[in-house]
Amino acid sequence: MIQWVTPDGKLTKQGLQHWSKFSSDEKREWLRFMILTRQFDRRAILLQRQGRIGTYAPLEGQEAAQIGSSMALHSEDWVFPSYREHGVALKVGMPISQVFLYWMGRVEGCKPPEGVRLMPPTVPIATQIPQAVGAAWASKLRKETFVSVVYFGDGATSEGDFHEGLNFSGVFKLPVIFFCQNNGYAISVPFSRQSASATIAERAKAYQIPGVLVDGNDVFAVRGVMEEAINRARNGDGPTLIEAVTYRKGSHTTADDATRYRPSDEVKEWIEERDPVERWKTCLLHEGFISLEEVESWTHYCDEQVDHGIKEAEASTPALATHLFEHVYHQVSRKLLRQKTECETREIPWLN
Amino acid sequence: MAQLTMVQAICDALQVALEEMPEVLLLGEDIGKNGGVFRATDGLWEQFGDERVIDTPLAEAGIIGSSIGLAVNGFKPVAEVQFLTFIYPAFEQIISHVARLHTRTQGAFPNSIVIRAPYGGGIRAPELHSDSTETFFVHTPGLKVVVPSTPSDAKGLLLAAIKQPDPVIFLEPMKLYRAFKEDVPTGWYEIPLGSARLVQTGTDVTILAWGAMVPVAIQGASECGKSGISCEVIDLRTLDPVDEETIIQSVTKTGRVVIVQEAPRTLGLASELMAMIQEQAFYSLEAPMVRITSYDVPVPMYALEDEFRPTADKVAQAVYKVVQEGGK
Repeated sequence: MIQWVTPDGKLTKQGLQHWSKFSSDEKREWLRFMILTRQFDRRAILLQRQGRIGTYAPLEGQEAAQIGSSMALHSEDWVFPSYREHGVALKVGMPISQVFLYWMGRVEGCKPPEGVRLMPPTVPIATQIPQAVGAAWASKLRKETFVSVVYFGDGATSEGDFHEGLNFSGVFKLPVIFFCQNNGYAISVPFSRQSASATIAERAKAYQIPGVLVDGNDVFAVRGVMEEAINRARNGDGPTLIEAVTYRKGSHTTADDATRYRPSDEVKEWIEERDPVERWKTCLLHEGFISLEEVESWTHYCDEQVDHGIKEAEASTPALATHLFEHVYHQVSRKLLRQKTECETREIPWLN
Repeated sequence: MAQLTMVQAICDALQVALEEMPEVLLLGEDIGKNGGVFRATDGLWEQFGDERVIDTPLAEAGIIGSSIGLAVNGFKPVAEVQFLTFIYPAFEQIISHVARLHTRTQGAFPNSIVIRAPYGGGIRAPELHSDSTETFFVHTPGLKVVVPSTPSDAKGLLLAAIKQPDPVIFLEPMKLYRAFKEDVPTGWYEIPLGSARLVQTGTDVTILAWGAMVPVAIQGASECGKSGISCEVIDLRTLDPVDEETIIQSVTKTGRVVIVQEAPRTLGLASELMAMIQEQAFYSLEAPMVRITSYDVPVPMYALEDEFRPTADKVAQAVYKVVQEGGK
C-alpha cells in the first residue's frame, strides 16, 4: 500500500522523494479543503438531528481520499460521484448551499453551476461507473484532453456495473479513473463478506489496467497517485483503478447505527490513531508549513462559510409543486399539462 | 422512393442519421462487422468505421450506462439491445438514470439517447426472445416509446426519435421486419412522435393496435367488413406520448372500442387506453370496451406461440361482440 505520510504525520521515504513536487500553497490548500469538508459534515449531522435537513450520509474519516483525489482535477474533467462525495462536490465548485439543498430534498441540489462537470449524486450503487466510462469515451472519440473520474465504495465493486465499466474501459482504453474509497463496510457488511480477493486494486489486472492501492487517509499519497493516473489518462494510456483504503468514522447515514455491526476498538483505533485531517495537520506543522493559529482561523472561516451556506439554503424560495412537470421532457406533453393544471388548481379537469 | 422491408428501412434511417448528424453513434452487440443479428446495421460499419458503429462487449448495462456518459457530452447514442427480452440488465440504467437525468439536473446536461430493440413474437424465435414489455417503459415518466408497423413509418419515426432531445425507446416488431416491402422515401424525413396513423376509416368500431398487432387488427377488420361492419383501425405508432386526440375523436364517432395488444393482459397499455377513454369519452360509448391480448402467462416457447398471441379471428369476435352489445 502506497503511503507517503505515516499515521502519526511523518514523511515516509517515498513521501520525502515526492515532497517537492507540490508547492507549499497547494499543501496548505489540501488541509483547508479537508477542514471545510469536515466542518460541513459535522454541521450537516447536527442539522439532521434538528430536523432541518433529511437523512444525510456522513463522510468524516474520508476527507483525505476525497480532497486528495479531487485536487488533481482540472475544470474540464468530469466527476461521477456516489452519494457521499460532499468533499469532492465542494472542491469542484458546488456551492455549499446547494449541497445542503440536496439533503433538504430539493432537486436544485442536483444541478451544478454552469461549467461544473459534476453529475448529481448517484444513489443506485455502481450505476455511475459505466456512465463515467461513457464520458471518457466521449473525450477519446472527440480527441479532447478531459478525463472522467468516478467515485464509488467497496460495496459497489460487487455489482455487475463495476465489472462492465472496467471491462469497457480496458477494451477501449479510455481516459477514466475508477476511484474506490474502501471504507471497510457497505452499510453493515464488512469487506471480507463483500469479496474473497484481498484487495480491490488487484482486480485491475484482469482488465489489463493498472491497479493502485493507496492509504486513503494520506492526502499527500492520494494526491500523488491521482496525479499519475490522470496523466496516464490524458496521455492516452487508458484507465486506472485506485483503491483508497479509508474508514467512515460515523454511520452509513444518519438513519443508521454503526455500533450494531462494528467493533468499538476498531472504530476507536481509526478515530484516534488514523484520522486523515490530524495526520496532514501534524505533518504540515512538523514541516513548518502552518501554525496552529492558522488552523484555528481556517476552521473558524470554514464554519462561517458553512453558516452562510445554511442560511442561503434555508432562505431559498420554497419549491413549487408545478415545477414537477417542467423538466420531465423538453416540452411539457399534453398529458402532463393536464396533470399540471390538476396540480395547480387541485381540481381534476374532466370532473368539472 | 425505394422498395424496402422494415429492417432495410431502419438501416436506411440509421445510414441517413450517421451521414447527416456527426454526433450520432451506434452502439451494440454484433452491430459492426456482422451488421446486427437482424442486419439492421448492415454495411454501416464498413461505411462509417469503428468509431461510429461500435461493437461493444456483451453487456447491456454497460451499453446504456456508457451511452449516458456519451450523451451528456453531446453525442447522440443510438444503442441497440439485441432483443427486448435481453434489456433487463440495463433496466436500472434506463429507469433510474436515462429517464430521470433531465428532471434531476433540470436540463443541465443533455440526455438524448435512442434505445432500439427488436421485440415481440411470431417468428419462432428461441425461448426468451419474444417479450412485449413496452408497458415498463410507457409506465416510466421521462421516456418516449415508439413502435412502428410499416417500413416507411419505421424510417420516419426512427429519424424523428433521433432528432428528439428526450430519450426514446424504439421497439421494432420482429414479426414485421421482413413481412412486406413498400415504398420508402429516400433521404431524411420524419414522422412526428405522438401522432397515430389512421390505417382505415370506419364508422362502427374503433380498433386500436400497435406493432405486430396492426396487421392482425386489419385482418380482423376486413373479416368483419364482409358482414357489413365498418371498422376504423388506428395504429398508435407512439405509445408515449399517445395520440389522445385521434383516439378520442374516433371513439366519439364510433362509440365502440376494441384494443389489440400483444403483451399479456394485466396492466398492459390496453388497460391505460381503456381508462383514458373512460375518462374522456365515456358518454360516447355504446358498448363496453373489449381488449384482445395475450394471456397472463410467461411468453411460451414457440410451439404454443400462436395460441398465446392475439389472432385476427379473436379480433373479429371482439368486434361482433361490441357491435351486438351496442344494439346495432
